[in-house]
Amino acid sequence: MSEEKIDARRRRFLVQLMKSAGLAAVGGIAWSGVVHEVASSPLVLRPPGALDTDEFLAHCIKCGLCVQACPYDTLKLAAPGDDKPLGTPFFIPRDVPCYMCQDIPCVPVCPSGALDEASVSVERDGKPVLDINKAKIGIAVVDNKSCLAYWGIQCDACYRVCPLIDRAITLDYDRNRRTGMHATLIPYIDPDHCTGCGLCEHACITDKASITVLPLDVVQGSVDARYIKGWDSADESRIDPNRSQIRNETERSNRDPVDYLNEDILSDE
Amino acid sequence: MSSMFYRNRYLISRRVIQIATMGLFVAANVLSFDILKGNLSYSELLDTIPLSDPYALLQMALAGATITSSLLIGGVIAVLFYAIIGGRAFCAWVCPVNLVTDAANGLRRKLNFDKDDRPVRISRKIRYWVMGLGLLLSFMLGYATFELISPVSIIHRGIIYGMGYGWLVAVAIFLFDLFVLKNGFCGHLCPLGGFYSLISVKSLIRIDHIRDKCTLCMLCRDVCPEPQVMPMIGKRDEMVLAGECSNCGKCIDVCADDAMMFRLRKNL
Repeated sequence: MSEEKIDARRRRFLVQLMKSAGLAAVGGIAWSGVVHEVASSPLVLRPPGALDTDEFLAHCIKCGLCVQACPYDTLKLAAPGDDKPLGTPFFIPRDVPCYMCQDIPCVPVCPSGALDEASVSVERDGKPVLDINKAKIGIAVVDNKSCLAYWGIQCDACYRVCPLIDRAITLDYDRNRRTGMHATLIPYIDPDHCTGCGLCEHACITDKASITVLPLDVVQGSVDARYIKGWDSADESRIDPNRSQIRNETERSNRDPVDYLNEDILSDE
Repeated sequence: MSSMFYRNRYLISRRVIQIATMGLFVAANVLSFDILKGNLSYSELLDTIPLSDPYALLQMALAGATITSSLLIGGVIAVLFYAIIGGRAFCAWVCPVNLVTDAANGLRRKLNFDKDDRPVRISRKIRYWVMGLGLLLSFMLGYATFELISPVSIIHRGIIYGMGYGWLVAVAIFLFDLFVLKNGFCGHLCPLGGFYSLISVKSLIRIDHIRDKCTLCMLCRDVCPEPQVMPMIGKRDEMVLAGECSNCGKCIDVCADDAMMFRLRKNL
């Protein structure tokens, strides 16, 4: 083959390569954009035992076996229009809450490990036993402007319906500052016990629920390490035991603080 | 024998199998009639045999998911079945999108769209690029990226679990195949079809052609959704060995000369 011919072929090959790479880049950008938007809807309540959002999305194969196992038709698979990652299971407590089945039928059927049996099990007699009370689907949050209990009206619908009554929701008796002679029965949620089943949201009597279940990672804050609960010996043990050895000596620290602070005032007089 | 039934024997068989498969999935969900439950991403046959979508598994593995043993066994079963026996039969005999694209294809022929003097042409290799891109993006983003947009899954899931606006996806594919590109989705774009094409180059069930019976009417090539796989028509006795052949049997149905038939592959 002549050198020109080889040259022409090489040029054609390079152009073709560039075209293909360009097309792939266009497609890849559009595709990943769509997928990223779809996957980043944070307000989704998953079945009990679901892994953390990103891990869940990587593991769930979208087969719907959890949906089929749910006896209350609580779970749905996201279809176009639901604005959730397509094909993944979710539920809307205001429509149908999770009734916290003792045998949690939706979890053991999961073939992909996206619903983690261990996270909703406790050890009993050396064997893991399913325990729905360990579920952390989300956490109930009260809007204290529309919750009738805050108005001073005695409504305890959420409290009564809570499967973990007096643990996940407690009523706090306080005096009614408006009338000066009545009580308010305010619902408080204990995040250590609330499973996020949504029975409270389903039962709330206001037009739009005043108690709402939100995913844990949306609601929960995180405290940075330098704050330490001094009253909690376990937490306090995080303090470096050598701290008492550290001394910070400067010119100032050699003097009595009182003298130091009053120095200027005295000299003014 | 040239009854209506005989002339459409593979079309009818395919529709029966497609609809029966879908019916079993729906029956499992609605009636708890558990012969085949789940969907095309993952299913369980008779509550014991797992079947999973191997392309989805590849994406998930690249996205960093640990693949459980039931998923893995299901994927191996699917790959072995199509790679050894069925070829790319998934596309023509199981996939629900096939109903949509066959309808578009049929209407194109009725409306004589194929005689268009300036047809749109794009490479049929694009599906392999899409397939590779899906794997690359899964690796980069940490999700099974095709599974989050797959029209195959959207439509199949929709039939079983509720469609939402998923029917718009079916309409879009229908219109694309009808007005934009002949066999556009299944024959050019779908990475799942590409994946099954790649793994089925050595499968046993093949279309065979007998040249002596052929009268060169070329109806088989007109009707074939992947006509590039049959260059041997009227030229030589040869099996269709390309992986893109979906074993749909349209060429057999349409051939009035019995020059096309299913055969087991002779030499591997």
